[in-house]
Amino acid sequence: MTGRIHSFESFGAVDGPGVRYVVFFQGCPLRCMFCHNPDTWDATAGKEYTAREVVEKILPFRNFYDHGGGVTLSGGEPLMQLDFATELLGLLKGSGLHTAIDTSAAIPLEKARKAIDIADMLLLDFKAFDSALCEKITGRPHVLEQEKEYLEYCQSTGKKVWIRHVIVPGLTLNEEHLKGLGSYLHKFSCVEKIESLAFHKMGEFKWQKDLYKLAGTEPPSDKDMKKVSELLESY
Amino acid sequence: MNFVSGDWNDTIDVRDFIQKNYTPYDGDGAFLTGPTERTKKLWEELSVLLEKERKSPGRVLDADTKVISGITSHPAGYINKDLEVIVGLQTEKPLKRAIMPFGGLRMVEQALEEHGYHLDPEVKKIFKYRRTHNESVFGVYTDDIRAARSSKLLTGLPDAYGRGRIIGDYRRVALYGVDYLLAKKLRAKIKFDRMTMTDFIVRKREEINMQMEALEQLKELGSIYGFDISKPAKDTKEAIQWLYFGYLAAVKEQNGAAMSLGRTSTFLDIWAERDLKEGRYTEQEIQEMVDQFIIKLRIVRFLRTLDYDNIFAGDPVWVTESIGGMGLDGRHMVTKMSYRFLHTLENLGPAPEPNLTILWSTRLPENFKRFATSISIETSSIQYENDDLMRVDLGDDYGIACCVSPMRIGKQMQFFGARANLAKCLLYAINGGVDEITGKQVAPPYKPITSEYLDYDEVMEKFEYMSNYLATVYTKALYMIHYMHDKYNYETLEMALMDERMKRTTACGMAGLSVVADSLSAIKYAKVKPIRNEKGLAVDFEIEGDYPKYGNNDDRVDRIAVKVTKMFMNDIRKNKMYRDSTPTQSILTITSNVEYGKNTGSTPDGRKIGVPLAPGANPMHGRDTNGALASLLSVAKIPWADCQDGISYTFSMAPSALGKSNQERSTNLITLLDGYMTATGQHLNVNVLNRETLMDAMDHPEKYPQLTIRVSGYAVNFIKLSREQQLDVISRTFHEKM
Repeated sequence: MTGRIHSFESFGAVDGPGVRYVVFFQGCPLRCMFCHNPDTWDATAGKEYTAREVVEKILPFRNFYDHGGGVTLSGGEPLMQLDFATELLGLLKGSGLHTAIDTSAAIPLEKARKAIDIADMLLLDFKAFDSALCEKITGRPHVLEQEKEYLEYCQSTGKKVWIRHVIVPGLTLNEEHLKGLGSYLHKFSCVEKIESLAFHKMGEFKWQKDLYKLAGTEPPSDKDMKKVSELLESY
Repeated sequence: MNFVSGDWNDTIDVRDFIQKNYTPYDGDGAFLTGPTERTKKLWEELSVLLEKERKSPGRVLDADTKVISGITSHPAGYINKDLEVIVGLQTEKPLKRAIMPFGGLRMVEQALEEHGYHLDPEVKKIFKYRRTHNESVFGVYTDDIRAARSSKLLTGLPDAYGRGRIIGDYRRVALYGVDYLLAKKLRAKIKFDRMTMTDFIVRKREEINMQMEALEQLKELGSIYGFDISKPAKDTKEAIQWLYFGYLAAVKEQNGAAMSLGRTSTFLDIWAERDLKEGRYTEQEIQEMVDQFIIKLRIVRFLRTLDYDNIFAGDPVWVTESIGGMGLDGRHMVTKMSYRFLHTLENLGPAPEPNLTILWSTRLPENFKRFATSISIETSSIQYENDDLMRVDLGDDYGIACCVSPMRIGKQMQFFGARANLAKCLLYAINGGVDEITGKQVAPPYKPITSEYLDYDEVMEKFEYMSNYLATVYTKALYMIHYMHDKYNYETLEMALMDERMKRTTACGMAGLSVVADSLSAIKYAKVKPIRNEKGLAVDFEIEGDYPKYGNNDDRVDRIAVKVTKMFMNDIRKNKMYRDSTPTQSILTITSNVEYGKNTGSTPDGRKIGVPLAPGANPMHGRDTNGALASLLSVAKIPWADCQDGISYTFSMAPSALGKSNQERSTNLITLLDGYMTATGQHLNVNVLNRETLMDAMDHPEKYPQLTIRVSGYAVNFIKLSREQQLDVISRTFHEKM
């Protein structure tokens, strides 16, 4: 079967452990205010590839990925094209490559499980540790609840998880929330790493001007980010 | 303690000495020491002068107008004698540029005038009676060479400057002392005494004779600074000093385009290890000698014209030092001295010179890989070349001349050939040998392509013809250039530090590979329609549809790049080379990609007239859309067998895209290097910088006196590039995926 792909990155060094091939899937059900790749939202855009074609693009590079790296399915929301993602993960697995899914848990767990089960790890994006705020940021209800379900499922199956959390002044740069998130995550032994990502505006030019609400928001300072890591890790 | 003896005691064999005596080092950089007070003070004093130099007209602090430079032409010079541990300057003052008119008097005159100086009439008078390389070459050039030159089909030929790219084995001075080298040269000379004289033998005898004179002068240079270098060096300090005198003599005699140092660090470590063991010197003292040696290498200067700066920007000398690599016996050749050399980038801050080059093997010790990549990430001052690839052909005592040209130290030299513009050659194929910019008939006239759309087979057929023609004119020019260079501007001292019998190569080169590959790919996979002017010349192209682009690991176009590379090399091979040398080629542009682009019309890949070509073997700016590795693998396909003079790839990445912590960045860079070398890539320049930093440096150069950036095969102070070149560097693909 085929899937819609936004783009490929052969040297991904910031999406999971080691050097990774990153497949950016086309299509996302969320409309996060701080998204830096809004061009991946439209599920009808991108270019079609079969899972086999994607694997063939990756294999020539494998000697770069065999030393602690692998392949990351990102996007967009890779699990939105669930069957395609599942087939791709299966093929990658069969080739002996380490696999990770970079997801926001926007797809209900009971459906997504078949893909998650194949992957070696999850990069799980926590948008905000507050239901209302999470809905405000993503434009969709229940995202936080789904994120929690994913995490609990990974805990029960022993799947490795890296948590990612974007820090936006005025939204998620909030001591209360960060402390809450920190102490919540602390309970999960499957969480190997918590990455706080500083909001930036390098993707602003991809937005339709009137839709971008963060034009007046400045990225957090290095000092802010240091504080954030302390809060998230000092639980 | 004596050194372990061997063949090196009976014949000149530095490699044997190294192999029998060096100590591989597997540890990390914890043993290293910071700069001494003396070094700090010296560097501070020098920094003031460097700042002054940068602000001087044409960035020339001072220039000699009277004394013709030679090995012993100037009295001793110092930066600050009390602070200097290693001594010797090219002239009597630091950063004062000497005149070397044997390459060409006009260039010296022009360079002086351009910087506000005037050549002494006495010097002019002398050269009324003395021919130079430059005037002799132009005296014999054929019309077709002149036409190819003035239309910029051939650019940067060493007919108006010293050819360089010859590495004297400066280690010999330290290991043997000059007297022994003289004795060996004498023996070589008298071997021919009873033979029938032929051009060949007379020339040999004359050359050896000149070499011996140079060695006598080298001894004198030592004594000008109060040293007797007729005997071997006795300790680390003498070894560094003797070796440096050898190098200094070379840069006093020759203003060569690349004056590389060779492979000296592991050699010097043998003395250092012994002196440490015997308590003669401390680690701190040895690092001080190294720091100060490197300071000297950082201030080698030549007087050059502004034209020269357009093709080799930023005042480069290419004091290339090759570090690391594996021995043929399987031991790695990393020593503590390898660390000390790299550590100078920390002790003194980043700098473009010396051009520190790691001979990378996947089998280098992990600690060293980590150390080198960390410094690379911090300073963008290091380049990497594939030892696993080159060792097969060149053994374990070769070094890099200039940027990417490997040669056995003391046993091999090259006749440097700059490069031919293949992108322009392709346009000539389409336009029947008529220049697309001037409208002049440059190549022999033949039928241009007149069809509405370009047909791949027809273009290829004509391109093959044109490539063959270009290779003939090109190699003819190189033959003449090097004939005259040997005759009028022979490198007596460098040759004196090499074997009498050596391998010689004629190092040709090409520019515009990626433009040619993409153009042919566009013609093959999309529809390309030439836009013709009133004279019927194709001056622009319309492309309908998309086509595979070089730099994305797409075989459809990468194979075209390979085909073009082989084609041009084979065309070169059909010709006769000067002194029966072996022809080779490089894919390297230095900064001339900007200049070449200016002189090349619009090309069928969609590149517009005047737009820079990609540097070296790089893909065109912005066309590699699958990330860094896809780009690397495309370049790695260019066959080493047909590019034995090197394949240059420059890679720039924002720190944030290389990893989140320094530790991660270094690990990822190691993975990248190991993978690239395993894929048989030859050369990689690594820049880890933010685009914003470079933009800020353009506007506020005073804030970035030491900002160093790697360009095709060498490094420059970013702020010494022209604005045009700075913009080119910035516009190049920065891998900074979010």
